[in-house]
Amino acid sequence: MAAYRVTPTFQRVLRAVKHASLRPRCYIISCHSQYSTVYDPHEKTFDKILIANRGEIACRVIKTCKKMGIKTVAVHSDVDSSAVHVKMADEAFCVGPAPTSKSYLNMDAIMEAIRQTGAQAVHPGYGFLSENKEFARRLAADGVSFIGPDTHAIQAMGDKIESKLIAKAAKVNTIPGFDGVVKNAEEAVKIAGEIGYPVMIKASAGGGGKGMRIAWNDEETREGFRFSSQEAASSFGDDRLLIEKYIDNPRHIEIQVLADKHGNALWLNERECSIQRRNQKVVEEAPSTFLDPVTRRAMGEQAVSLAKAVKYSSAGTVEFLVDSKKNFYFLEMNTRLQVEHPITECITGLDLVQQMIRVAKGYKLQHKQEDIPINGWAIESRVYAEDPYKSFGLPSIGRLSQYEEPLNLPGVRVDSGIQEGSDISIYYDPMISKLVTYGSTRAEALKKMEDALDNYVIRGVTHNIPLLREIIVHPRFISGDISTNFLPEVYPEGFKGHPLAAGEQRELLAAAAALHVAAQLRSQRFLGQQRVSSVPQERRNWELCVELDKRVHMLGVSRSGNSYTVEIDGEKVVVSGEWNLASALLPLTINEITLQYLGTSFKVRVLSKLAASLNKLMPEKIPEDTSSILRSPMPGTVVAVSVKPGDTVAEGQEICVIEAMKMQNSMTAAKTAKVKSVHCTAGETVGEGDLLVELE
Amino acid sequence: MALCVRALLGSAAARSLASPGRSLLPLRGRTLTLPGLRCASTVQQRVELKRRKALEGGGEKRTEAQHARGKLTARERVALLLDPDSFTELDMFVEHRCSDFGMEADHNKDFTVFGGSLSGAHAQKICKIMDQAMTVGAPVIGLNDSGGARIQEGVESLAGYADIFLRNVMASGVVPQISMIMGPCAGGAVYSPALTDFTFMVKDTSYLFITGPDVVKSVTNEDVTQEELGGAKTHTSVSGVAHRAFENDIDALLSLRDFFNFLPLSNKDPPPVTECHDPSDRLVPGLDTLVPFETTKAYDMLDIVHSIVDERDFFEIMPNYAKNIVVGFARMNGRTVGIVGNQPKVASGCLDINSSVKGARFVRFCDAFNIPIITFVDVPGFLPGTAQEYGGIIRHGAKLLYAFAEATVPKITIITRKAYGGAYDVMSSKHLRGDVNYAWPTAEVAVMGAKGAVQIIFRGKENQAEAEAEYVEKFANPFPAAVRGFVDDIIQPSTTRLRICRDLDVLASKKQTNPWKKHANIPL
Repeated sequence: MAAYRVTPTFQRVLRAVKHASLRPRCYIISCHSQYSTVYDPHEKTFDKILIANRGEIACRVIKTCKKMGIKTVAVHSDVDSSAVHVKMADEAFCVGPAPTSKSYLNMDAIMEAIRQTGAQAVHPGYGFLSENKEFARRLAADGVSFIGPDTHAIQAMGDKIESKLIAKAAKVNTIPGFDGVVKNAEEAVKIAGEIGYPVMIKASAGGGGKGMRIAWNDEETREGFRFSSQEAASSFGDDRLLIEKYIDNPRHIEIQVLADKHGNALWLNERECSIQRRNQKVVEEAPSTFLDPVTRRAMGEQAVSLAKAVKYSSAGTVEFLVDSKKNFYFLEMNTRLQVEHPITECITGLDLVQQMIRVAKGYKLQHKQEDIPINGWAIESRVYAEDPYKSFGLPSIGRLSQYEEPLNLPGVRVDSGIQEGSDISIYYDPMISKLVTYGSTRAEALKKMEDALDNYVIRGVTHNIPLLREIIVHPRFISGDISTNFLPEVYPEGFKGHPLAAGEQRELLAAAAALHVAAQLRSQRFLGQQRVSSVPQERRNWELCVELDKRVHMLGVSRSGNSYTVEIDGEKVVVSGEWNLASALLPLTINEITLQYLGTSFKVRVLSKLAASLNKLMPEKIPEDTSSILRSPMPGTVVAVSVKPGDTVAEGQEICVIEAMKMQNSMTAAKTAKVKSVHCTAGETVGEGDLLVELE
Repeated sequence: MALCVRALLGSAAARSLASPGRSLLPLRGRTLTLPGLRCASTVQQRVELKRRKALEGGGEKRTEAQHARGKLTARERVALLLDPDSFTELDMFVEHRCSDFGMEADHNKDFTVFGGSLSGAHAQKICKIMDQAMTVGAPVIGLNDSGGARIQEGVESLAGYADIFLRNVMASGVVPQISMIMGPCAGGAVYSPALTDFTFMVKDTSYLFITGPDVVKSVTNEDVTQEELGGAKTHTSVSGVAHRAFENDIDALLSLRDFFNFLPLSNKDPPPVTECHDPSDRLVPGLDTLVPFETTKAYDMLDIVHSIVDERDFFEIMPNYAKNIVVGFARMNGRTVGIVGNQPKVASGCLDINSSVKGARFVRFCDAFNIPIITFVDVPGFLPGTAQEYGGIIRHGAKLLYAFAEATVPKITIITRKAYGGAYDVMSSKHLRGDVNYAWPTAEVAVMGAKGAVQIIFRGKENQAEAEAEYVEKFANPFPAAVRGFVDDIIQPSTTRLRICRDLDVLASKKQTNPWKKHANIPL
């Protein structure tokens, strides 16, 4: 028999438990997420929930389940078998190979997982099966609760035309337009006059911007009608056209709603999601700087009436376009938990996942509309594994060789489903995390976001922090002057990184020079050795050349203690700080301003004055481009070829697999490009150096 | 960013082959006087004049020509390589002794002077430096940019080479010797770099060959360019003659400073320890998920190496040759270590002729200069096939085995996944006096993989799949080795850095000697 000794901590825990049992409710306030949600341990809930998702949202749901005392089941594909969500869950079930169609979208396998684990309910997260009415139907047939709205609501809101009609009937503002088919140009002009300019003429069968024209007057309408019908006929074989009001420079603002199965519905304020690239949100905030209480209430009430009209239950989002005059128009309703739900949680204190679980269990909402506050301001940045310098973000993949979330800072919440060592693969969304900061004012939240981005360490994959860091400090963003066109308007030439102001450049150069000197001095210090320098004193002054962006700057550096005075173009910059050269972040004080990271990474090369002068003599080398040719690194058998000519491959994407020594070696693309030609087939034997694939 | 700065000062002796033998250094605070100085005003003037002429080298025109070729003069190179004001030149006044063929008595021979060809006088200067380096225990660095023997001097020049070769051999294993090839190096001259511990080259401007393209054409009728025959790419990726190539003179010399910081000064010197800012007890959580579940799937051994060593700073030796084995220098808690690792990403990390020889030479260097060796093992075996057998994989593979077995420096081994067959024995196993041998939970120490083993044991029998599963259960894990004490512990991968740093502290005082012998007889 082992003897247990009651330690002081254990006693404290005991007391806390005792205390909790005396009161009907136990208040748990997480220090990282700003919930003030109340968990009632006596409210009966599900015993076991299966989360039909992966990544950060699966982790997010599991966290709440743990707080509520619910057992969790994770499903995963074979490549995800050691993913964070699998480790966090109580049970895990493999539902198939890596491609989503064979795993996370594989309803049969997921139904089997539910049967085998005895899960009573399924949380679908977002994406995958979250808005799939067939999945909801199959769950209902098996008597498993779907943590989301019922099939009817999913179906009604999933159809663009039907949802618009329902919205109209529920007295929700919809984009003014002609619902029927426009017959000819003159009719188009007449309708346009009724709607009011500008109007958009678009193909009924349209998509991808084809067959779309914007018209500001009668003449343009006639012309637009002609072009659009031709384009529509050639692109879709269907020349039917619609006309609706064109919302110029719109904002994308959405209302979070929460409804139960007893006819109650609440609106949980708005989220401003206008910062987008290619229709994907990048930075979101709640509340919006743009809405006044009257508009907010109007939008909220319309959202609630739409939810009630479709007998909505669970959490949902009604998306609106808002024009510069604060006219708002219904866009669509998302019948699931949104990616950006944390910012709503921050300002309202509600745990939306917990609310969804309660509603699915059949409970009535605990709150009344007047209980829903706007406490402070929350901002979310979506941190993606992508290269922001290429059309604001092309996916990159790789292994996170170093990863540190800035959770040590106050008011920071990070929702992520990865950890150091995780692979960002081509199979799934390249999102690394959602970085949320929260403050009592917008300025405070923004400052925290700046700090959080500066303290975020991500190595091994290219990430979009440089872009995020630029957006949140941009004067237009700070003033709230944003629209869905923000990125293309602010960066018409594409994102180029942080433009260094003269002072910033000096600071950067000074930091580089001081760092160089600190590293030099360290490498001169040997421990426990008798290497005696023939130079009697330590150097105090250096003349250095720093190359930044192809320009060479002359710097003078002098040192006293841990502080370096750097002279650049007659200006003096003092750099001091903890010189931990192993640390991924250097907290330095430059002229008493703390400069931690400029968001953008800059390539700096420091040379001594002598080396720099001789460097001018070195001939420029034309880099040999081997990235467009893929050769077999060893003799072996080609097991699979994953590309064909004309395909576009992302950097690091698998091109083919070669088996040698009973080992499968994945050959990957060295750059993002189009495949020019493929010189191997599966099953073929190749020798070392054989040409496999050529890229353009 | 780590710029070395440490002292070449007072620690290194620089030797230049083609470039001027003006070299020598500065020994631990002692000052060396230049020979032959006497105080008399006329003498003083002559001294000044000669010194000035020497410093000019081949004169402005030739210096410009050197620059036009994308190269620096010897004096510029030395200035870059060494700490400011630390270079003490000796023998600036030595003149070559030949006056035939219209050559004028002039000073020395960097490439701007007589194309850096080697004269008797030149060789004499080099030997003098090397002798001194040996006496004080200072590393030798040669910056080579030479046309070869000075034909005009005939046998005297050949004798000069031999004198240098002898010094190279005598210094081998006593002080580290590094050759930086910064221009042509042909004919007899190539054997000096070949005898040194490390040969580095500068891309596009340096060549190493026994005979140049013209002679090749006349003898074998092969058409080949200098670059193809003996350029940096050839020697770093095909022949394995050079250990690494650099972009240009500046990159090369600054990198050499970095590299030098890893090395001890001599075989009596302990490996250098620098101030370390990377916590020695740092956990590396990423390693726990690094090795894939499928035993046939590859991963990058460099991911392990970079995340375990100090500040991800790893100076790889021969990165482009025999890539199925990774060797190089790094630091653990500030202390220099040699890293050897099978690379599953290339040819499954098997051992073949080239990788065995590459690994063996590196291990022997570390052993000669007291540098602890850390070995990461994921090896499916020796590469089968006629090409390998005819090439002598048996005797070449034996070199790596020999090198690990004879090494008496601290040896730490981590089996990350496969350790199959004879290759398991070779890779610094417990049986070859490994001091600390760890296995990760993913380790499989066995005679061979499950499939092959079952095919042999159950030849012609049914139920092979079942037998295979049983084999995997019994042997494809670290337990069989652990119960016999062949691995000291099965460790969580994330704790690997912490464990190695701790073991190195304990092993710092390791003393082990091999039986007395004149010299050992490695299977060459």
